[in-house]
Amino acid sequence: MEVEQTVLPGIGLRHEFTTRSGRRIGIVSHRTGRRDLVIYDPDDPDRACETVKLNDEEADALVELLGAPRIVQRLNALHRDVEGLVSLQLPIPSGSRYDGRPMGDARVRTRTGASIVAVVRSGQVVASPGPEFVLAGDDVVVVVGSPESTAAVADIFSHG
Amino acid sequence: MHHTAVLFLEFGAVLLGLGILGALALRVGISPIPLYLIAGLAFGTGGIVPLATSEEFIATGAEIGVVLLLLTLGLEYNASELVTSLKSNAPAGLVDLVLNAAPGAICALLLGWGPVAAVAMAGVTYATSSGITAKVLSDLGWIGNRETPVVLSLLVFEDLTMAVYLPVLTAMLAGLSFAGGAVTVGIALATVSVVLLVALRFGRFIEAFVSSPNSEVLLLKVVGLALLVAGAAQQLQVSAAVGAFLVGIALSGELAHETQALLAPLRDLFAAVFFVFFGLQTDPAKILPMAGLAVVLALVSMVTKLLTGVYAARRAGIGKAGRARAGIALIPRGEFNIVIAGLAVTGGAHPDLGPLAAAYVLILAAFGPLAARLVQPFITAIAKRA
Repeated sequence: MEVEQTVLPGIGLRHEFTTRSGRRIGIVSHRTGRRDLVIYDPDDPDRACETVKLNDEEADALVELLGAPRIVQRLNALHRDVEGLVSLQLPIPSGSRYDGRPMGDARVRTRTGASIVAVVRSGQVVASPGPEFVLAGDDVVVVVGSPESTAAVADIFSHG
Repeated sequence: MHHTAVLFLEFGAVLLGLGILGALALRVGISPIPLYLIAGLAFGTGGIVPLATSEEFIATGAEIGVVLLLLTLGLEYNASELVTSLKSNAPAGLVDLVLNAAPGAICALLLGWGPVAAVAMAGVTYATSSGITAKVLSDLGWIGNRETPVVLSLLVFEDLTMAVYLPVLTAMLAGLSFAGGAVTVGIALATVSVVLLVALRFGRFIEAFVSSPNSEVLLLKVVGLALLVAGAAQQLQVSAAVGAFLVGIALSGELAHETQALLAPLRDLFAAVFFVFFGLQTDPAKILPMAGLAVVLALVSMVTKLLTGVYAARRAGIGKAGRARAGIALIPRGEFNIVIAGLAVTGGAHPDLGPLAAAYVLILAAFGPLAARLVQPFITAIAKRA
């Protein structure tokens, strides 16, 4: 897939691409911070038949909605591709001993060899969190590793 | 009556009248510029109400209006955008220049107004109003369209051409000899290049000097700098407008957006005063004899702009419907054309030039956006059938 970038002098930038089904969509990024989601007319591919104006908050919400399931999807694809690699989504129960503690305290990599690649918190994905990242109850930790190591991580988070 | 009292009464009445006209324009969905011009015609020379006391004040306000118009125009673009569109769109820009300067120049020559008026009229028919066109694009939801970058870069090209054109016109109007004129143009070109270079390489130093967390300080610094440079440019016969434009270009990034927002109300006020002032100077009785000619000139230059848009969009690989839209978006004329005509009138070009330019801009500023709106469904129909 190829994303085309065009400068709009005096306005900002436009990114656009064609989907596999032949529809063109684009994003106009105004300098003022406004984002327009534009959908091109199938009969007249130069014309934006729909323009949806988004403010910062709305643009962020759209990104999350489109992006969050994608990360999980990509992980699933990843362990289909790599034999013996497993990703697990482990919920942190509220009141767990790691609730409110930095992630580094669990020493997951040292103890099990598996890696925490993301934390999902209220629908928002924090990709590659550092050891200083403070966990909270109801977070979902995404770990990647061998079947044994990921099972060991599940043990850590459920029992401590 | 006391002088100040009369001044306030006259100026207040003019501004209030403009406000009401602006509201009307907003309701009908056209640019307020033609209405401002009509308001100016109603007052002053040959108008219903002569403005004896405030005319001098309005004249100064109009000069400031031109400086602010050009300053904010320069703020729209940054130096790298100008250089990029100059590189990638030079052929389309040249076609635009030749096709659209020709009707005005030929018209002035046929009327026997002489070479200076021909150069001025060439500018009047050449420049598309970037303000009105930008508004048309956003009102009709054309900003996301694929032909829009073509339109925008033509506008950028035109504005850059102005930086060279205005000094040439100023020199010719001042009746400088060929050698004197060449020196002025040389100075102008050198200044433009230096400013572009400085803005590209050392923009952050200028920004560091102007920038301030306090909006009041920022406003005073920018307006002060623009007027200072405009004055210096005028003294060098390079035209104050170009000086202000270059200051706008030199400022870019976050600072430019902030300044733009700060200047907008000030610009709106003084630009309105400028359009009124041009109307004031023009005798409405002289417009009627020019009306027929203005209509013909408007029709011809609508066609030439359409051709320009079609050519430029085709070069960029845009489909038929998009080409037509690019041409239509380029039709509106407005502030720049009046700025040029204003320079020519104060510089003592042919007395009929003012009325002709006024009638011409009246037609195209009002009709351009309207045309775009009316033609939109037809273009869609064409695209559907194709």
